[in-house]
Amino acid sequence: MAEKTDTRVHRPHIPSPARRRVNRLGRGGFQAATIAFFTIFAAFPFYWMLIATFKTNQDLYRPLNNPFIFNQPPTLDNLKLLFNETNYTVWIGNSIFIGIVVVLITLLLAVPAAYALARLSGRLGEQLGILMFMVYLIPPTLLFIPMSRVITVLGLRDSIWSLILVYPTFTVPFCTWLLMGFMKSIPADIEEQATVDGYTRFGAVVRVIMPLALPGLLTVVVFSFTLTMHEFIYALAFVSISAQKVISIGVTSELIRGDVYFWQSIMSAGIIVAIPVAIIYNVFLDRFVAGFTLGAVKG
Amino acid sequence: MVTTSTPLTRSMQRRQSRMLKLLDSERFLASAMLLPAVAYIVLLVGIPLVTAILFSFSDATMASPEIDGLNFDTFITVLNDPVFRRSLGNSIGFTVISQASMVVLGNVLALALMKNFPGKWFVRLLILLPWATPIAIGAIGWLWIYDSVYSPIDWIFRQVGLLGIQGDHVGLISRAPNMYWLGQYGPFSVILVQIWRMLPMSTVILMAGLSSIPQDVKDAAEVDGVGFWRTYFQVTVPLIRPIILVAFLFGVIFTFTDMTIIHVLTRGGSDNSTQVLASYAYYKGIDGGNLSQGAAIAVFMLPVLLGLAMILLRIARRSEVR
Repeated sequence: MAEKTDTRVHRPHIPSPARRRVNRLGRGGFQAATIAFFTIFAAFPFYWMLIATFKTNQDLYRPLNNPFIFNQPPTLDNLKLLFNETNYTVWIGNSIFIGIVVVLITLLLAVPAAYALARLSGRLGEQLGILMFMVYLIPPTLLFIPMSRVITVLGLRDSIWSLILVYPTFTVPFCTWLLMGFMKSIPADIEEQATVDGYTRFGAVVRVIMPLALPGLLTVVVFSFTLTMHEFIYALAFVSISAQKVISIGVTSELIRGDVYFWQSIMSAGIIVAIPVAIIYNVFLDRFVAGFTLGAVKG
Repeated sequence: MVTTSTPLTRSMQRRQSRMLKLLDSERFLASAMLLPAVAYIVLLVGIPLVTAILFSFSDATMASPEIDGLNFDTFITVLNDPVFRRSLGNSIGFTVISQASMVVLGNVLALALMKNFPGKWFVRLLILLPWATPIAIGAIGWLWIYDSVYSPIDWIFRQVGLLGIQGDHVGLISRAPNMYWLGQYGPFSVILVQIWRMLPMSTVILMAGLSSIPQDVKDAAEVDGVGFWRTYFQVTVPLIRPIILVAFLFGVIFTFTDMTIIHVLTRGGSDNSTQVLASYAYYKGIDGGNLSQGAAIAVFMLPVLLGLAMILLRIARRSEVR
């Protein structure tokens, strides 16, 4: 068989500078359009909630009105209704109280566990760490039926304490996992040095490691808190007394009388919670992602 | 310095040093630190998980919650329930459609967001809003968007002539002025909200993957004159494949097991066209008080979850070795 020799010189295809500029401009335009499209998709519901908050009934309930703008002067009546005639402030208070107590319980359980997994138990510790993460993936929708029995037996039904008892089931595994990664990134030499300097191991952890792990601890505080704000099914299943409800449940169940939805007040109730939670979340996002990618991304 | 110590202080010192030694003993310290967290998880995750499985083999109800005798009766009842089959199909269908679209869209968006531009932090904040907002709150915003009369999508459709205006007749045919998003189009509407909710998460995970690609790899591709699409599919995608998988798997887990969006938007719909396993388990088990059937329906999520967890475990192991 005759060997074919390719006499053509393989030259990489290099576009002319002019062509390249056109390409880049086209790509830039495409990029801008993509970003604009997705930003509107993501943010539109929030705009929709925000504008509804200040609309009068006559403006909102007229199908011919342009729904994206104010056809009548904005009003504060819906906010007044929300704050004066519903349990909204009570639900916010409940959510915040539950959040704080759950954060404390989570820290108490997750910090020592994370340290032990990161430093003390070697190969077994790593396996256990991954197991912790897997526990986080067991969804509340699988556990809520036996859990509701537990709550009934303990006599905690219709009390926010039922939620305080069960919320650490998802905050503790996730935060242990996050913190474990964080503590591994602190060099072990630092504790050794501290023990040489006369600290006990325990003392070294408390006095030397904890201050260094502060950013990790802060992340855990923020995520435990937001995760409790996000939870829905336990709160729906365990609590049906208005005064003990959390924000997600109160807003979606109490601002409706029969078939009448108090749309503006519902929307304002939502947006008041959504914006601060989203901003806090955003600040700590990168650490959250690092925990989620299971070390597949080295940050 | 010479210290004279009485027998009493010496024994105190000895006891103290024994305690210190105990605190210094790694194994003791490790188990003492792990115990509270592990005990809590075993008590409130492990035992309920086993109980859920046991319930599904029993005939427990809220009125008589005791488990007396295990058999397959409940499973047979559930499997013969057409609503259950519909829910199972919906759970799988909604999850696959929404998460497959999410991976594609997430890749497009992550790529677009990699370059710097003025106001990027604000755009990032807006794009993250759906994921950061409590899910029920986001869903209730969509409930108002999908309103049967005042939906803004319908308003736009009416403006461009896709829908009729009240009392508007073309000959004898009157066109409906509304789409009724949560009726006939319920599955589509639910899937759209699921994409909306999970897209930010997959985007940020994929962005983390993209920024972990070394600059010299990108430079090399550019120097070789490789075009944008070829670089993307032959260099970028293979490099971030594990990350794409992670984003997809988390999306699947969260979407497959969620009932909040369904509960707020449709409660499954009057014809159960949007019923999913998680929501149906809730209505049966809690609202209907049938613990065993509720548990059996929920337990059908378990094999899927186990499979996904195995894949994730593999990824985690592999990245550890590296």
